[in-house]
Amino acid sequence: MEGLLSVSIGTVVWASIAFLLVIGILAKAAWKPIIKSLNEREEGIAQALGEARKAREEMTLLQAGNEQLLREARDERDQILKDARAMAEKLRADLNAKAQAEYDRKITSALVEIDNQKKAAIAELKNNVATLSIEIAEKLVKEKLSDPEKQKVLNESLLAEISPN
Amino acid sequence: MENTRKRISLTTASFLISLFMFSGLIFSSFITFAASGAEHSGEKDFNPGEMIIHHISDAHQIHIIGSVYIPLPVIVYHKGHLDCFMSCRFWAGTDENNELIYQPYTAPSGITYQNHHEVIEVVSSHDHGHTASDVEHHTTENGVNHEHHTMVAGVEESSDSLALSLEAVAAESADHAHRGHGVKALDFSITKSVFGMLLVIVLMIVIFRSVAKSYEKRKGLAPKGLQNLVEPLILFIRNEVAIPSIGKKKADRYTPFLLTIFFFIWMCNLLGLVPFIGGFNITGTLSITLTLAAIVFIITSVSGNKHYWGHIFWPPGVPLLIKFILVPIEFMSVFIKPTVLMIRLTANIAAGHIIILAFVGLVLLFGQSSAAMGYGVGVGAVLFMVFMFLIELLVAFLQAYVFTLLAALYFGDATQEHHHDDHH
Repeated sequence: MEGLLSVSIGTVVWASIAFLLVIGILAKAAWKPIIKSLNEREEGIAQALGEARKAREEMTLLQAGNEQLLREARDERDQILKDARAMAEKLRADLNAKAQAEYDRKITSALVEIDNQKKAAIAELKNNVATLSIEIAEKLVKEKLSDPEKQKVLNESLLAEISPN
Repeated sequence: MENTRKRISLTTASFLISLFMFSGLIFSSFITFAASGAEHSGEKDFNPGEMIIHHISDAHQIHIIGSVYIPLPVIVYHKGHLDCFMSCRFWAGTDENNELIYQPYTAPSGITYQNHHEVIEVVSSHDHGHTASDVEHHTTENGVNHEHHTMVAGVEESSDSLALSLEAVAAESADHAHRGHGVKALDFSITKSVFGMLLVIVLMIVIFRSVAKSYEKRKGLAPKGLQNLVEPLILFIRNEVAIPSIGKKKADRYTPFLLTIFFFIWMCNLLGLVPFIGGFNITGTLSITLTLAAIVFIITSVSGNKHYWGHIFWPPGVPLLIKFILVPIEFMSVFIKPTVLMIRLTANIAAGHIIILAFVGLVLLFGQSSAAMGYGVGVGAVLFMVFMFLIELLVAFLQAYVFTLLAALYFGDATQEHHHDDHH
């Protein structure tokens, strides 16, 4: 019991020296660098986490922007397509109308031309017939007038012809 | 508020634990007395109490196993002489229980020492004034002529050293075989506990230096190996002990101390559980826990601010009459706190060793009456020992933690900034 509960001054002295020594050595050579790097790492982790959160937020923001942009683009595309379709429709209608008009005009002018040509042909034919008739009549007159007999016959036929009138 | 409640419940719990453990210590001392009573009846009877106390007490050598002992340096100071020698100078063989038989040893300085139950005593001292014949002269006179002796010894001797030399003469005159009347020498020996402590310190420096180096080398990388083992504990002490008790601002100043004391106590406790290296009982040695508690006391007192001392010597918001009662109690608590730290740690560790040794003693005791009984009891005792050993592993950590936590709380109390409303 004596050995258990007694205090030895020598042991106290050794314990004090040893413990103060180990505190001195470890505080300088171990705890300081360890705690420093632990703090650095903690700060690094906190910073990295903060940065990751910020990046995530930015990403969300960016995504929202992208979506908006995409939606706008889609709307614009739709609008453009609609416009284009409308324009094409209008163009086609215009072209159709123009073609129809042209066709009508050409038909009309062709009819007119045909009519003209026909008239001209008829006129020419009339001329030709008149000329031929005159020539034939001239020849017949010449022949009938060359002979007094015949002239007389003719006079008579002509007179006959006129006489009913 | 919640912090205080937690603190109170913790203190109560640790008080109960230490009370329980201390009662175990006292109980074990009854075993000692009971057993020492039985010693007289039979000569060769095994005495478990003596065995237990022998094993947990500090010693000047390390008992490995059987009759294998490792000597340790003995450093004694006596009357201006510093003697250093190995403790094996005292050895004169072992008895049938493999216990060492001691003999006196005369150091080169001329002083004869003896190892009386691990206390180094001076049997005779040859002072500058003395000669061999002087001593013999006094020896024949058997120390009767006090005045004469003083004159011969020299005027410079104080009354204390007079008593010493008288006792020394008386001891020498007595039969050498019957020892135990020597004078306690100032013993600075590297005893078993001191040796264990130095071992722990070397281990700590090696371990933590290498860990610190790997932190420097592997900057910004994940911890690896030993670093991985130590880092959670370091973080635990810093984040769960130092910062909550002291506060974030001031914790940095105390963290190195708390880390050191935690690992020191824990490793000392663990070293005490390693078998076949002599059964160290470092933190169960009162001298060492006293030193640790004294360091905590000094740090607390030195870092105590106006607010801390003010609360002790002039508690605010208390009627004058109550102050007269409260101030002495508060003042005593300044000393009681580290004392409790000391007793709790010593009692817990010593009690753990005592319980395990008691089971060993039980086996040996029953084995004495018959071998069969010894084996029979041995089975149960070993199971209990394994159980106790596991508990001791837990206690080793727990006590280191409790000591560190309470030290941190004391530092926190001492450095706390005042935040009471009655101060404003």
